Amino acid sequence: MGPSAEIQLIAVVVAVACALPGVFLVLQRMAMMSDAISHAILPGIVVAFFLTGDLGSPLLILGAAVTGLLTVALVELLRKTGLLGEDAAIGIVFPALFSVGVLLIARYAGDIHLDIDAVLLGELAFAPFNRFTIGGMDLGPNALVVMGVILALNVLLLTLFYKELKIVTFDAPLAAALGFAPGVVVYGLMGMVSVTAVGAFDAVGSILVVALMVAPPAAAWLWTERLSVMIGLSAAFGVASALGGYQVAHALDASIAGSMAGMAGVIFVVSFLAAPGQGLVPQFLRRRAQREAFGCTMLIIHLLHHEGLENAAEECSVRHLEDDLRWEHAFASVAVRTAVGEGLVQRDGDALALTRGGRAEAHRRLVVT
Amino acid sequence: MLQELLTDYTLRTVALGAGLLGLVSGALGAFAVLRRQALLGDAISHAALPGIALAFLLTGSKAPLVLVVGAALAGWLGAALITSVTERTKVTYDSALGIMLSVFFGIGLVLLTYIQRMPAANQAGLDSFLFGQAAALVARDVQTIGLLGALVLLLLAIFWKEFKLLSFDAEFAGTLGFPVARLDHLLTGLLVVAIVIGLQTVGVVLMSAMIVAPGAAARQWTNRLGTMVLLAGLIGALSGVGGAVVSARAANVPTGPAIVLLVSSIVAVSLLFAPVRGLVWRRLREWREGRALRVDAVLVDLYAMASQHESTGHPHSRRALDVMSETSASTRKTLRLLRVLGLARKVDREHWALTDDGVERARRVMERQFGGSA
Repeated sequence: MGPSAEIQLIAVVVAVACALPGVFLVLQRMAMMSDAISHAILPGIVVAFFLTGDLGSPLLILGAAVTGLLTVALVELLRKTGLLGEDAAIGIVFPALFSVGVLLIARYAGDIHLDIDAVLLGELAFAPFNRFTIGGMDLGPNALVVMGVILALNVLLLTLFYKELKIVTFDAPLAAALGFAPGVVVYGLMGMVSVTAVGAFDAVGSILVVALMVAPPAAAWLWTERLSVMIGLSAAFGVASALGGYQVAHALDASIAGSMAGMAGVIFVVSFLAAPGQGLVPQFLRRRAQREAFGCTMLIIHLLHHEGLENAAEECSVRHLEDDLRWEHAFASVAVRTAVGEGLVQRDGDALALTRGGRAEAHRRLVVT
Repeated sequence: MLQELLTDYTLRTVALGAGLLGLVSGALGAFAVLRRQALLGDAISHAALPGIALAFLLTGSKAPLVLVVGAALAGWLGAALITSVTERTKVTYDSALGIMLSVFFGIGLVLLTYIQRMPAANQAGLDSFLFGQAAALVARDVQTIGLLGALVLLLLAIFWKEFKLLSFDAEFAGTLGFPVARLDHLLTGLLVVAIVIGLQTVGVVLMSAMIVAPGAAARQWTNRLGTMVLLAGLIGALSGVGGAVVSARAANVPTGPAIVLLVSSIVAVSLLFAPVRGLVWRRLREWREGRALRVDAVLVDLYAMASQHESTGHPHSRRALDVMSETSASTRKTLRLLRVLGLARKVDREHWALTDDGVERARRVMERQFGGSA
């Protein structure tokens, strides 16, 4: 397998591994915890690195996961005092922890390979050079092995605790009443987020972790109301961001992580515009259809009321709609056009008359069901 | 140290710049904290990156003002998109923040790496927006910060009444006929400017702390908006200057983290020790009130039992008090406290009686509790 295929494979594995916990973060309104955790794990990585002296050590993941949970606990502690909102608590805790990490690196680790650029931005292009070997046997890039294990772990946890996650996400009080301990489930989820974030950081950087955890699930949410479908779609969108992002980065010779985040954004924007029900374009079309139907109904009922009366000639005219009923010109034209188009009204110059079908339809719509 | 601050040109420039931006971001951040938009600052500071890169790509200039304008436009676009997504779909505010933050930043990163690989392009200096390089501040940067900061504060003063109403009761503001949506855009716009002038000094990640922390700290000391904004600006300015000085005097301490840790400590101190709201005082108050309640309860129990006898000083056993006590806790500690206060005396190993002072106080307590009917 060439380096380019390996990079794409790593990107795909990272994307799916991030999308799985991301779905629950988005649904539980805790998306910004991914931002907080992915930054706050820095001091955990640094301290674990000081202890082991090895950037590839699994202890780094452990250290980072502990810091991630510490972040969650600190935010919760601050919020519980009632002195700060949750947003302010997050906004204070993670920059402080990140600062500690930067300070530790600057003071004690200036000469080693652990720079903040890599943590924040990642460089996927270098990932294939760092090999994972056991007894001289090359098992693939380090990042691929690590993220593969994390992905497997996420899939396993999701399968085992699907029911628990689902009920805690959608009805935490019910979950508590049934004895599911929502707190434990949420901390478990945060543990998943921390481990995934730290596994991904040296491949793709913490910002891409946020992009892949939040954007694909949010985009998927616009397309579906079913949790299982949302999870599948999120993973698919993640994979598409990974592969599409790689192509763009390759073409521009630019940051792979950055263009993957950009591609995730493109997928979100497309969903924001086009998703049925939630997208802007379907919303616009629906409004227009409602407006047409409403105008048409108003018009045929108006005509029905005045049909055959002595002032019918005056009442049943286009000009009358605007001048006396005070309909806006645009609305009046839409109503007339729709009614004529549906064969309910016949237009003769300025005069309007119900057709036979239009009369029946007007009677039908008058009946309040 | 003060002398150094006045005589060392570099330090003076850096400290002045950091102090100014702390002042501006603190004052604007106070509004963000009150409006529960603390994380908007984080999103805006990340979203500004592609604007910086594009401004450079289009103009080829690295003048602070050009880059700041680019950053502000991108940051403002990000904020507007966040509002639009939350208002029009079921996607929640936090997710919208996370998306704009990471996607804009990703695009900015693509542009930066693209610039880096362009032949003959010198991108040095653009990197400083990522992590901040306070030490590299020069007089021209400080002038930009000062100019834009003054503009922001001036507008804040002009629209003070409107912003105050918007922050506390936007719906009421709407019914009074204020253009709420436009005021909201203006206030967000001022926040964007406050953020982008700080990016070069403390960097993208730490800028969010400069917005949130001073406001959160100031909130603990006062319930008045004016005082809070002034205090937040002051805390921001102090942290800026302090961080610059610490970083200049200690080896290998970058300015950004120094400022952030300083302002975070101020938050911690405020949460613990601010009068009224401070956690320490609150705990102390709860403890005192609990103690007074226990003392009064035992006094009243003793009095109630003694009033069955001819003398109010009649002794009773501690066990009887334990039984009467509403809590399961032993009354031993409370009785010891009563003796120290001179309200009760120990007759023998087991028995306690009220003193005259104790009788007096018990009567007062009962009058208060039962409206004098006892």
